[in-house]
Amino acid sequence: MKIHEYQARDLLKAYGITVPPGKVAATPKEARAVAEEIGGGVVVKAQVLVGGRGKAGGVKLASSPEDAEAKAKAILDLTIKELPVEKVLVARSIEIDKEFYVSVTVDRAKKKAVLIGSAAGGVEIEELAVKEPEKILIFEIDPIAGIDQQGLDAYCKRLFGNPKLASQGADTFRKMYRLLKEKDCSLVEINPYAQLPDGTLVAADAKINFDDNGVPLHAEVEKMRNPEEYSKDEIAAKEAGLSFVSLDGDIGCIVNGAGLAMATMDIIKLFGGNPANFLDVGGSSNPEKVLTALQILTGNKNLKAILINIFGGITRCDDIANGIVMAQKQIHLQLPLVIRLIGTNEEEGRKILEKEGLAASENLSDAVKMVVERSREGQKA
Amino acid sequence: MSILIDERTRVIVQGITGRDGSFHAASMLEYGTKVVGGVTPGKGGQTVSGVPVFNTVQEAMAETGATCSIIFVPPKFASGALREAADAGIKNIICITEGVPILQMVENYHYLRTKGVRLIGPNCPGLISPGKSKVGIMPGRIHKSGRVGVISRSGTLTYEVVYNLTEAGLGQSTCVGIGGDPIIGTGYVDLLSLFENDSGTGAVVLIGEIGGEDEERAAEYIKSSMTKPVVAFISGRTAPPGKRMGHAGAIISGGKGTAEAKVKAFQDAGVPVADKPDDIPGLLKERVGD
Repeated sequence: MKIHEYQARDLLKAYGITVPPGKVAATPKEARAVAEEIGGGVVVKAQVLVGGRGKAGGVKLASSPEDAEAKAKAILDLTIKELPVEKVLVARSIEIDKEFYVSVTVDRAKKKAVLIGSAAGGVEIEELAVKEPEKILIFEIDPIAGIDQQGLDAYCKRLFGNPKLASQGADTFRKMYRLLKEKDCSLVEINPYAQLPDGTLVAADAKINFDDNGVPLHAEVEKMRNPEEYSKDEIAAKEAGLSFVSLDGDIGCIVNGAGLAMATMDIIKLFGGNPANFLDVGGSSNPEKVLTALQILTGNKNLKAILINIFGGITRCDDIANGIVMAQKQIHLQLPLVIRLIGTNEEEGRKILEKEGLAASENLSDAVKMVVERSREGQKA
Repeated sequence: MSILIDERTRVIVQGITGRDGSFHAASMLEYGTKVVGGVTPGKGGQTVSGVPVFNTVQEAMAETGATCSIIFVPPKFASGALREAADAGIKNIICITEGVPILQMVENYHYLRTKGVRLIGPNCPGLISPGKSKVGIMPGRIHKSGRVGVISRSGTLTYEVVYNLTEAGLGQSTCVGIGGDPIIGTGYVDLLSLFENDSGTGAVVLIGEIGGEDEERAAEYIKSSMTKPVVAFISGRTAPPGKRMGHAGAIISGGKGTAEAKVKAFQDAGVPVADKPDDIPGLLKERVGD
């Protein structure tokens, strides 16, 4: 789960990390009021859950409250990577002597939390990792003993150079790690971690992502959820216990299991078709889930055909077949439907479908070929 | 021969009185697995499918001589269940539970290692040595005993691959679902090395997906240390970056974990990568000279 910069700033502040004064605003008038309160020059920043807002014109300096209002209006009119900007952060404009990068995350390969730091902050860390990996310093945290203090001090001296900065940096890293652990974050990132002319370090930007598995443990984190992170369909799917991601093709897919769902999309592409979505109906087979899945899919006007691919294990083919029949009756499916059923209770499932005049294939490649043909017929019509 | 489990493996089920635990305990028994006990705190003394239920893993071990545990408890109890099994002295743990927080798994992983425990999962379908033992949730009847080892991050996709192997007359020594989470107990490299040393395994099918760099490391290992033929399949070639594709671990982020990089790593290691699951048996037969 992702949150906005202003929400991430609040969390950093709550953990004692210094951020420049600032507040979120939803209208140009509010932005003006915030600028008045802060006084002096401010920066107005679009609050969207995607990267690249600077390049899209979503970050602007303003010299006065009037200017802040005008800049906020311009930014609130923007749509960045298909997301309309609904809020801006208005924060004190700071003079930066030097930019550092600091973050805390989990390293999958090392199976440990790690601190990542660079004296070349301000840029995309992924780019830096490719171009100048020697400029990125990593510190591993012992999962059982926690942060080794002496090790951290030495690491921060290497990263920040002078002792004053190093001790501030070490303090910030400790707070970031505590935040990561206590709130089940997958990433806590400050970039730039900005050195002011007086030698203090402040979090001039903030990004925090949460581990989806951890969110249910923290009601206060759940409250920070932003509905725009997911499309309407993705939210409806989530509520029904389905895992759904929309794509831009025209063949709808309903599959059980994430790996098989991805492979089904890949095979559609291999045979020259284009998947419209990833949809995993999950393990336990409730006929209602199939109905909801079909309802979500048929809301997509680009759709030309639908493929249902079920390999029954825990999921029972007869439950799936009942769901398909129920959907046929309730939503009067107009689109060509190709069904592949195999595994637990497949004979029963097939019988249920046959009664309604529906056929099911056994072989995945055959089913995919068929649905790609049907989608082509639909494109011509 | 097989790896990790065989007909002598004595299994307890943690969470045996729950919906999933009781269903799969029965299904494992039906397959022939030696399910010797179950554990649910506060429900000791009951039986499920004729199997005695104990309050603690320690009691269950003392009474049944179990060496292996399969965990079905809800995510918020999973770390406790893992540690209880490890503390009691169980050496092989299979965690089916989906949704264990990553940072808890980081701690669990290291804790279990200090106890010398082998963990499969979490968020996995378990494993099966066809004809001998099934410690998992896969449909047993699609498997056939034979000489192909299977390692996969996925559940139903593994069934798809196994089904194609069995249809083509290629039986399996052991099939292991390692789980779809970012932090898992046992990875590809550990299992490749077990298969390399198992006289009952002649070739290995490795099923990977987008996210992380485990497949790349597996490819390096195969190149440097495997003599047995390996065939790979990677799912998620059409997945968009930044979107979690069901599994917590299946996400392309920061330019890492792409299908292209994984396919290339395998090809560089001389491992053919199948375009579709039904191409796998053919590629295997070419490699083993059937």
